Amino acid sequence: MRYLLHRLLQAVFLLIGVSILTFLFSALAPGSYFDEMRLNPQISPETVAALRAQYQLDRPLPVRYMRWANSLLHGELGFSFAYNSPVAPLLWVRARNTLLLTVIATLLAWALALPLGIWSATTLGRSPDRALSGVTAALLVIPDLVLALGLLIFAVRTGWFPTGGMVSVGFENLSPLQRLRDISLHMELPVIALVLSALPILVRHVRAAVADVLSTPFLRAAASHGLQRRTLLYRYALRAAANPLISLFGLSMGALLSGSLVIEVVMSWPGLGPLLLEAILARDLYVVIGGVLCSTIFLVAGNLLADALLYLADPRIRTEAAAR
Amino acid sequence: MIQRRGWKRWLLALAVLHGIVAFAGFFAPYDPTEQDRERPYLPPMKIHLVDAQGHFHLRPFFYAEHLRGGSFDQFEETTDHAIPLRFFVSGARYRLLGLLPSRMHLFGAQASRIYLLGSDAYGRDQFSRILYGGQISLSAGLLGAGLTLFFGTLIGATAGYYGGWRDGLLMRVAELFVALPWLYLLFALRAFLPLAVSPLQAFFLIITVIGAVGWARPARLVRGVVLSAKERDFVRAARGFGATDGYLLRRHILPETSSVILTQAAILVPQFVLAEMTLSFLGLGVPEPMPSWGSLLTNLQQYSVLVSSWWMYAPALAIVPFFLVYLGLASALQQDAGTGKIEKTTDGT
Repeated sequence: MRYLLHRLLQAVFLLIGVSILTFLFSALAPGSYFDEMRLNPQISPETVAALRAQYQLDRPLPVRYMRWANSLLHGELGFSFAYNSPVAPLLWVRARNTLLLTVIATLLAWALALPLGIWSATTLGRSPDRALSGVTAALLVIPDLVLALGLLIFAVRTGWFPTGGMVSVGFENLSPLQRLRDISLHMELPVIALVLSALPILVRHVRAAVADVLSTPFLRAAASHGLQRRTLLYRYALRAAANPLISLFGLSMGALLSGSLVIEVVMSWPGLGPLLLEAILARDLYVVIGGVLCSTIFLVAGNLLADALLYLADPRIRTEAAAR
Repeated sequence: MIQRRGWKRWLLALAVLHGIVAFAGFFAPYDPTEQDRERPYLPPMKIHLVDAQGHFHLRPFFYAEHLRGGSFDQFEETTDHAIPLRFFVSGARYRLLGLLPSRMHLFGAQASRIYLLGSDAYGRDQFSRILYGGQISLSAGLLGAGLTLFFGTLIGATAGYYGGWRDGLLMRVAELFVALPWLYLLFALRAFLPLAVSPLQAFFLIITVIGAVGWARPARLVRGVVLSAKERDFVRAARGFGATDGYLLRRHILPETSSVILTQAAILVPQFVLAEMTLSFLGLGVPEPMPSWGSLLTNLQQYSVLVSSWWMYAPALAIVPFFLVYLGLASALQQDAGTGKIEKTTDGT
């Protein structure tokens, strides 16, 4: 348990560090949301100055940071100039949508990568392995932006998938079941894009890890004892290969989050990506900081989950932690 | 030995690809900003060998295109007059590699402009724009990677060589940078820099942003190599003879890191080209009229273009061969370095 607590503490410090870092970046910013107002002759310079003072933009950086941290404790995360509301509720809706997309894509990608990687590892060098390696190599050289745009063109031209947005017009009038159906239909395309962009790396890692384990003496011995293939693979080999794969699970969250940023914007999925982009273009300072922080929280949470899984799956870590 | 030849082959392919983009002026038939308002969104032209009358021509030819009667966006071929494709023709002025003035183009035609990959909203030749756009995108990737590796090596070597509080501080900061999803970090950094800038300023801005974001991973790798290298016997011996820190680093320790840095370069360059593409695609990068692969793709944000002008997608495909070759090179280099576990570090999170 100490091990997990230690990790949690590390994560908290990491998040504080990231928030300070983004604030430092923001201090470099030459302009602010109110700069455009200065160009408007109807707004007097005094009004702009008053607005800046109202939002504390004229205060020194440490003061702004402390005020922001204070609003974080009140669950507000600063104030959005463009939306004229606290950041947290804005972020929460978008983060939920991003999370929906990435969690489903992560689960789906792993559900595909595990059997494919294992299949590849058991037929190492023979035709299924070669074919799979070819496919993963082909997918690996197609970057997510290219993939997303290609899928979008495909969807638009065939009309097989709904494109753009998360819900259809008239969503409010649907029954709960129809709503679920509507959202999952709209989710298809971005999820396919995300899964395809994450899949090749996952399959390769699973293949490498399982192939490593399959060549170990204890599994050869198990095989020569006449263990059933399925038992051998899924009960023994996968467990022994799990360690690096679980760490990868945490890392793959980061890749998926970055990937979903692009894919959300391309497919106009109302997640964190489009919000962040709008906020950047509008110089909506606290929304940008909140968005970056939110994505970091997801990533850190993914890594913590991986640590917890590792703790459960690997007895060595448990004993190590107990011995400490 | 086979592996050695392996990475040399990838390097050759890389040189060819970069050469085509570097000599864009020669390979592109037209200037990237030259407009033809009569032919917006013209689909790619077909190169024929057999004409409408069924006669075979030895020299490839194409037909000029005109608007179909009664429509305003449908083109059809003017089949009564074949225009032969000519090679090494004289055309628009350009400067080869930005230096030598020249008018020689690999191919072109008299009578009508040839659009190998169609045209955009202003009737600009998509093929020429992709080649010129590659110059922007690739140099952004290359310079960004150079900057990143410079910072990464500097920071990694300092942390690894001097150790102590410097090591602690630098590696904590590196941890922060690795912990952030890197595209979000890139966006955040871009967010706090000026938005309305000239294309050239934007270009250098992008390079700085890209260069400043990615240093943490190479720094950690370099630090690891330096840590082990500084304890080697010959380094200790050199220190015993009174070698200074600067000499030791330059002469004995940094050369050890070269294979790590090369592999990182092969991984980072395509990733940074993609980063430039993504930023420009989203309107945060190099703006019009300067073509870059990302800004060429912004057309696809219009629904009508998505539906009817699929050739506007071509700039996206241009990056794929570069990805292929760089990834091939990276895994060949890793194999060469004898890490055994191939294809494991070629992912960038």
